[in-house]
Amino acid sequence: MRILVCAKQVPDTNEVKIDPKTGTMIREGVPSILNPDDANALEAALVIKDENPGTEVIVMTMGPPQAAEMLRECLAMGADEAYLLSDRAFGGADTWATSATLAAGIKKVKKVDLVLAGRQAIDGDTAQVGSQIAQRLKMPVVTYVEDIKIEDKKAIVHRQMEDGYEVIEVQLPCLLTCVKELNEPRYMSVGGIMDAYEQPITTWNHEDIGLSPEACGLNASPTQVFRSFSPPAKGVGEMITGTNVSEIAGNLVSKLKEKHII
Amino acid sequence: MAIKVIDEKCIGCSKCQKSCPFDAITIENKIAVIGDACTNCGTCIDVCPTDAILQEGTEKIVRDLSMYKGVWVFAEQREGKIMPVVFELLGEGKKLANEIGTELCAILCGSNVGGLTDELFAYGADKVYLADAPELEKYTTDGYSKVINEAIGIYKPEIVLYGATHIGRDLAPCLAVKVNTGLTADCTKLEIDPDDKKIRQTRPAFGGNLMATIVCPGSRPQMSTVRPGVMDKAAYDPSKKGEVVKLDAVFEEGDIRTKVLEIVKTTADIISISDADFIVAGGMGLGKPEGLELLKQLADKLGGTVAASRACVDAGWADHNIQVGQTGTTVKPQIYFACGISGAIQHIAGMQDSDLIIAINKNENAPIFEVADYGIVGDLYKVIPAIIDELDKLGK
Repeated sequence: MRILVCAKQVPDTNEVKIDPKTGTMIREGVPSILNPDDANALEAALVIKDENPGTEVIVMTMGPPQAAEMLRECLAMGADEAYLLSDRAFGGADTWATSATLAAGIKKVKKVDLVLAGRQAIDGDTAQVGSQIAQRLKMPVVTYVEDIKIEDKKAIVHRQMEDGYEVIEVQLPCLLTCVKELNEPRYMSVGGIMDAYEQPITTWNHEDIGLSPEACGLNASPTQVFRSFSPPAKGVGEMITGTNVSEIAGNLVSKLKEKHII
Repeated sequence: MAIKVIDEKCIGCSKCQKSCPFDAITIENKIAVIGDACTNCGTCIDVCPTDAILQEGTEKIVRDLSMYKGVWVFAEQREGKIMPVVFELLGEGKKLANEIGTELCAILCGSNVGGLTDELFAYGADKVYLADAPELEKYTTDGYSKVINEAIGIYKPEIVLYGATHIGRDLAPCLAVKVNTGLTADCTKLEIDPDDKKIRQTRPAFGGNLMATIVCPGSRPQMSTVRPGVMDKAAYDPSKKGEVVKLDAVFEEGDIRTKVLEIVKTTADIISISDADFIVAGGMGLGKPEGLELLKQLADKLGGTVAASRACVDAGWADHNIQVGQTGTTVKPQIYFACGISGAIQHIAGMQDSDLIIAINKNENAPIFEVADYGIVGDLYKVIPAIIDELDKLGK
């Protein structure tokens, strides 16, 4: 079985700070990480590999050259092969164009039985690219997957819903997008880290995957950023104080009573 | 379009580099260079003191967009009940339709769901496109996207809105590829450009650190998923009627490639946090998962429910379905208690529209106090029991 995992290198949005003077985001010093949901997707692939010797796990990303660091991390966790789709022509892609590029890359890899992706990336939170790759590859798709069982030529998965889950049967090849509840991603092993630096990372540009520059990146993106801005800050509130904690609590409750909230 | 630097005008001041939300600009040999990460947002153009940065147009094949008319709302139903977000979409959709001067339509899929059309008319739909077939009884990506794709192809709406539910966020991306158009996820604001009547879709990105307004200039329909709980619900008028347009919903073997074997509900007894009037939310300041028990006592006292920050959910203290924030649920209760929540921007993005925010935190410099209406600096394990005592005194 050949499993392809789509991954993205993202800034750790939990570490982003706001400049108090300008109200804008400070990106300096924000670490780049393997997108958390993608780590769950990779872990799911590695679990299948652990249970089924002979399984190959291939990782693919679209990104700038430095995304290779993230691919090495994936190799160190246990992936067998890594592909980096990197080209100036891919820049500025929206989800439509990103999915077109990744789908072209996956087609070139060939003979993939299962594609796994994270539900969404923390820098954009769109949850669109996985589904869109599946449409382009004409594969059935299940999103928000929190449990996977592979049986012969099909998968039985749990799809997370707001109030529970659905049990879904789907034929392979298919694409599944994975959520955090699926598993706990493993750490890189020491041996894995050493080996990861020996392993080649295949880099493909637009010609390699058979796309014209007009078919990828900003040129092929139906949506465009019209403008971006910092979210507006709210006015300053009132601090409730008192000589002791019951006085503070009393003051708060009387405020709420004044406002007829309680 | 693309961002271009006029080398002769650039003085290498690096203002653009600092302003770039996507870290896409480097200064090489005292000249700004636009890198791969550029999204064409134009922030750098505004800050450049020498007007050395330009937005260049690239020629695109312009499709005939004038034949696309009407605002559509995906009327998501589960087990014969219309989802609350649909009424919010109808409220917002009506505003957009009025500004453009077009009609508001709903598209409804299911099995034996014809009885729901009156409700959609009462909430403002002028027309309901109805796909009724046994194959559509349970949601499947293939089944729903097939019939809606066909309907979009025939009736050509200008705008299609979906609720950003687990179903809407599954369906809309597939349709965007099928009908070959753009899609903007999790919008929190929609407006019509008064000049060209196109939609401007605003959404948070970077975990809520940045707001981006997205347009879809050259393809139709313009599609958005919209966060539940953000838009105002449409007014209800049971006397309002409309037209039902029946869609062909014919399936062949192999059209639907997934099979729903079972639907399991796990949280039937918990008030959904998006519907709660009172929310008591906890963060890492709780120090231990048992702290949520104390929050529950306060929530029970107020008739509300408990929620948690992403850090709490990541730590395994709380279930994801009570997570508030950019990657969780957006809430706007009457009162939001933030207990031991520092106020990461991605959390604030999900609760800042609450009517009243009360923050309790040991750290007086915690950013949560910047959005709070009332702040208390102190140990939540002392403050919350004291609040419960005070409420007891009121006979609550």
